[in-house]
Amino acid sequence: MKFLAKVWVIVVKDVAAELHTREMVSAMLVFAVLSLLIFSLALDLRGAVAPGVLWATVAFAGTLGLSRSLAREQQSGCIDGLLLAPVDRSAIFFGKALGNLIFMAVVEIVLLPLFSALFDVALLRPGVLLVVALGTLGYAAVGTLLASIAVNTRAREVMLPVLLLPLAIPLLIAAVQATGGLVEGASLGEVGGWLRLLVIYDLVVVAVAMLTYDYVVEE
Amino acid sequence: MGKKRDTLGLVLVLASAAALMVALGMVFLYAPREATMGDVQRIFYFHVASAWVGFFAFFVTFLAGIGYLARGERRWDILALSSVEVGLTFIAMTVITGSLWARPVWGTYWTWEPRLTISAVQLLIYVAYGMLRASVESPERRARFAAVYGIVAFVTVPLSWFAIRWWRTIHPDIMTGGEGMAFTPKMGYTLLVSLVAFTLLYATLLRQRIRLERAADVLTRLRLRAQNIAK
Repeated sequence: MKFLAKVWVIVVKDVAAELHTREMVSAMLVFAVLSLLIFSLALDLRGAVAPGVLWATVAFAGTLGLSRSLAREQQSGCIDGLLLAPVDRSAIFFGKALGNLIFMAVVEIVLLPLFSALFDVALLRPGVLLVVALGTLGYAAVGTLLASIAVNTRAREVMLPVLLLPLAIPLLIAAVQATGGLVEGASLGEVGGWLRLLVIYDLVVVAVAMLTYDYVVEE
Repeated sequence: MGKKRDTLGLVLVLASAAALMVALGMVFLYAPREATMGDVQRIFYFHVASAWVGFFAFFVTFLAGIGYLARGERRWDILALSSVEVGLTFIAMTVITGSLWARPVWGTYWTWEPRLTISAVQLLIYVAYGMLRASVESPERRARFAAVYGIVAFVTVPLSWFAIRWWRTIHPDIMTGGEGMAFTPKMGYTLLVSLVAFTLLYATLLRQRIRLERAADVLTRLRLRAQNIAK
């Protein structure tokens, strides 16, 4: 319980900081809508490509928010304070990852109805929301770990997508396939394999991040 | 510092040279001509061998990453870095030989066939690994970040493999003709010898790459000393 309380304090801090400036979520949202526009100009958008476009948009907007979230810690020197605080490093990881998950979820709450309307596909149903939740969880977890690395490199923001996207391939394939299946009317059981893959991916990356985060933020 | 003869290195060079000659001979003279694909199928032995070595090299990097995080010794970092570089060469070879084979057999240089795709994914991951190393100034921090990336990257590879495989099976690909190869025992032996030869070649190259990195370390230390004396 004490551990969860510490995680929660970090999440509250991040949300409070974001509520002050609103720079991260608004940048992600505008970027997401813009990429949606670019996709619709570049492709002949019909229902069938909607899941792919949705996840590409979420992935790209996600990297934007993730690098900003960690860069902000670095610039404000807040990360030093966090590291000095008597909390477990894995609590810092979970706090940051949960914060990033919340920011991505806010963007998705706007994005999903917009997609449903523009593509004429029914994305607002429990099955799809479950897939979106599982996919976003894994992306935020592995993204937080890699963004903590990328922010300490010379290339900074450029480094994150290069590191993150190849590792997110299984997640993105599973999420796109599951979303596509559900949109075409498959039941949750029929896309069960993809859901299991998403759950396994989430568990594996959270476990690895928990074990290695110590070495990433070490001074 | 006297010159030390690298006996192990020398033995590896000779052994892998011999094994490669034998493998080459078997691929062209011993293995039978495949019934439907013809001679182009012979590329398969080295293609599979290099794919295996690539995957194995990244597994070594994964283990070396764990070793580095546990011990913090430079030699684990050298091993991880050397294995990635050698592995990248072999994975690049896998992708290239795969494309060359796919052209006459499937009629195209590239198809999103699971095995080709996973090789391309690994290529991208470990190119990113190299870019990460190049982008971190402090050697200690570079080693730590690379170790973490080497670990998290490697655990996603099997997941990628499953994802790509299911994805292509659920949407059947008309060009998946690779399964129907007529496989004879002679082909099996040839493949086995190719695998051994390429693994030896990997060990040889790894050994030399590790020595190169050590020599670079010695050079850096000598430079620092020379600078101090000059002052």
